[in-house]
Amino acid sequence: MKYVDEFRDAALGRVLAGEIIAAVEPGRHVKIMEVCGGHTHSIYKYGVDDLLPENVELVHGPGCPVCVIPMGRVDDGIAIARHEGVILTCFGDMMRVPGSTGTLLEAKAAGADVRMVYSPLDALRIAKANPDREVVFFAIGFETTAPSTALTLKRARAEDVANFSCFCNHVTIVPPLRALLDSPDLRLDGFIGPGHVCTVVGARPLEFICADYAKPVVVSGFEPVDILQSVQMILHQLREGRSEVENQYKRVVPYEGNGRALEIMAEVFALRPHFEWRGLGFISHSGLKLSDAYADLDAERRFDVPGVRVADPKACQCGEVLKGVIKPYECKVFGSACTPERPIGTCMVSSEGACAAYYNYGRFARERVVV
Amino acid sequence: MSGTAAREARVLGIIETQRGKRPKFRDERITMAHGAGGKATGALIEGLLLPAFGSPALDVLGDAGVLDVGGATLALTTDSFVVTPIRFPGGSIGDLAVNGTVNDLAMSGARPVALTLSLILEEGLEAPALRAEVEAIAHAADTAGVAIVAGDTKVVERGHADMMYICTTGLGHVDPRAALSPGALAPGDRLLVSGPVGAHGTAIMLARGEFELDATIVSDTRSLWPAADALLEHAGPGLRCLRDATRGGVASVLNELARSSGVAMLVQEAAVPVDPAVAGAAELLGIDPLHVANEGVLVAAVAPEWAGAALAALQDVQEGSFARAADIGEVRTSPTGMVLVETGFGGRRVLDQLVGDPLPRIC
Ligand code: SF4
Repeated sequence: MKYVDEFRDAALGRVLAGEIIAAVEPGRHVKIMEVCGGHTHSIYKYGVDDLLPENVELVHGPGCPVCVIPMGRVDDGIAIARHEGVILTCFGDMMRVPGSTGTLLEAKAAGADVRMVYSPLDALRIAKANPDREVVFFAIGFETTAPSTALTLKRARAEDVANFSCFCNHVTIVPPLRALLDSPDLRLDGFIGPGHVCTVVGARPLEFICADYAKPVVVSGFEPVDILQSVQMILHQLREGRSEVENQYKRVVPYEGNGRALEIMAEVFALRPHFEWRGLGFISHSGLKLSDAYADLDAERRFDVPGVRVADPKACQCGEVLKGVIKPYECKVFGSACTPERPIGTCMVSSEGACAAYYNYGRFARERVVV
Repeated sequence: MSGTAAREARVLGIIETQRGKRPKFRDERITMAHGAGGKATGALIEGLLLPAFGSPALDVLGDAGVLDVGGATLALTTDSFVVTPIRFPGGSIGDLAVNGTVNDLAMSGARPVALTLSLILEEGLEAPALRAEVEAIAHAADTAGVAIVAGDTKVVERGHADMMYICTTGLGHVDPRAALSPGALAPGDRLLVSGPVGAHGTAIMLARGEFELDATIVSDTRSLWPAADALLEHAGPGLRCLRDATRGGVASVLNELARSSGVAMLVQEAAVPVDPAVAGAAELLGIDPLHVANEGVLVAAVAPEWAGAALAALQDVQEGSFARAADIGEVRTSPTGMVLVETGFGGRRVLDQLVGDPLPRIC
C-alpha cells in the first residue's frame, strides 16, 4: 500500500504529537469534535488518542450514519420487509440496529427476506434477478453515500426496473451541526471536518461554523497522520485567534465539492421539512426524500409504512454522547445494560459508533498500563 | 486520579468483569450471528449447550474431546461443513471437510487416524459437482494420511439444503509429547501464528461476488498436522496450547484463550503476517484481518524459552506453507481476559471478538 504508508508512519506521528504538545496553550483544555464516524473509527483503530496530550480531548460527533437512525425508522424498515414478496436490502451494519421491536437481523430470522448489500447497485441487481419480487433498498448515510443511491435510482429509471424502490433515510451534515452549535451545553473549541462528506459537498458549506460561531474547522483525511495534522492545524488557529475552514485533505477534497454529484442529488432528492435524529430529536431540513420526479420509486409511497415516532429508551443517553456533552462511558448503561451484544442505543451498534468504538477498542494506555 | 478518570477506570472495570463472565444465551431466535464464531456463537455454546450436556471433556472447550480408552489417549471431534459457493479459489467444501476435522484433532496434539463421512445432498445436485467433491475429499484425506472408515448418505428435497452439506467425525491418537491445555497460558509466553491471516474468509467473500473487487485471493485450506507435529517435536515441553483460527479469526482464538487462562495479551500489529491482497480488501471493507476466518492457520502459545525453536521449526515445515509463521505477541497479566493490540502507529486498542460476522462499514 504505497500511497497510504506515509500517512501511517509512526515516526511522523510522534513528530506531529510533539508539535501538538508545543502548540497547545499551557493550562488550556481543548475539546475538538471529529464529526465523522470514519474518523472515530481511525482514532480507535490506530490508537491516535494515545499520542495526544491530556489537555487535548477528542469528542465524537453525530457523523455515524447508522447511529443517527431513529427507532421509528428501523420499525418502518422492518414493516416494509414483512410485506409479502418484498426483498429488503441494506448495508450490513444496519441489520443490527435496534428498532422498538427488534432488529432487521431478527426480522430475517423470523422469515422476512432481508439481504445485506455492499452498494445500492447490488440492490438493483437483485431486483433485476427477481422480477417477480419487490426489491427495496434501505438507503442511509450522509452526502457520502447519497450520490450512489441517486445514481442507482437514475439507472433503475433508465432501465425501467419496475420492481425496485428506495426507502430513503439519507441525511445532510450541516443542519445537525448547526443544531449542535446552537445547543447551550456544548463546549467545543474546534471541528475536524468530515473528509468523505466534503469530497461531495466541498469545504465551503462548513464556513458558517467559523462565520457564525467563530470556531476553527479543518477538513481531514482518515489516516492517523491526517488526523494528527488536523488537530495541530486547529491548535494553531486557536493560538492565533483565527477561525477559518482549512483543508488538510486537499489530495481528495475540492473546496467547491463535486458538481456532478451535487447535480444528481438535486435531481433525485428533495429536502424533508423535518427529520428525526436518534438522540437529537427533530431537525428541520436535515433529511432527504425522493423528489417528485422520482416519487414512483419511493418505497414510502409504495408500501404501508407505520411512520410512528418511537421515543428513545429512557436510559439511553445517545443524544448527549452525540453532542459531545458526555463521554460514552459516562452513560449510565454503558458496558452494563448496553453492550455490543445487546445494544440499547445505536452508538453501540456500528463500529463507527462512539460507544461501540469505545467499548471495542477501549482506551487503556493512559491510566491503565499493561504489566 | 481526577473524577472523570476514576469513573472511566470504574467503567472499564465493569467491561472487564462482563467479559470475564460465562456468556448467557438470551436471544429469541437463532440468527446468522450465532454461526459466525464470535460472541453470539459463544453465548449459544456456553450459555445453552454446555450447561445442558456438561461433561468434563466438553467443558474445556478444546477443538476435540480427549478421552482415555483402555489405556490409550484418543481425541474425538466432529464438524459440519456448509459453505457457499462450494468451490472457491484454493479449495472446496470437500477439502474443508477433511482438513477442518483433521485440524481439530491436530490442535489437541493428536495424530489423525480415521474419519467418518456423512453427506447430505440436495435433490438435483449434478453428478460432476458431486464427483469433484468426492475426489477432493479423497485427495485431502490422502494428503493428511487418514482413512475414511465409515459413512452415511442422505438426500433431501430440493430447497432443503444448499447443494451439499458434509459432516465429518475424526479420531486421533494423542501424541505422547503433547501436554496441551487451553487454560495453561502464563505471563511471558509467546504467541505464534503459522502463516498469513484472513485469506480463507476473504476468498469466500470475493467468490460470492458480493462486491466487485479484482483480486485473486486463495483460501488457505490445508492440514495443520505437519505444523503441530513440528511444534510438538521442537517445543514439546514448552508448548502450552494450540488452536486453529477458523470462524471469528485469530481475534476469537486469542480472546477465548485469554479468558480461559485468566491472562491478558499484547499483540504487535506490525508483526501479524497478512498477504497484501487480503490487507487491501480488508482495508476497503473496513474489516480487520484478525477477525476474518482461516482454514489453515494455527495459533500457538509457547513458553518463552522455547519460542525461538518453535518458530524456526514451524518455518521449516516442508508440507503446507508455514514459511511466514510469526511471533506476534506476548501473554501479560492484566487486564485479565483481554487482548490488546499495539498498533503500527504507536497507539493501543482492544482487540475484541465480534458479535457476529465482520460487517463492512458503509463510509
Ligand atoms: S451506552 Fe448505549 S444507551 Fe448509552 S449512549 Fe451509548 S449507545 Fe446510547
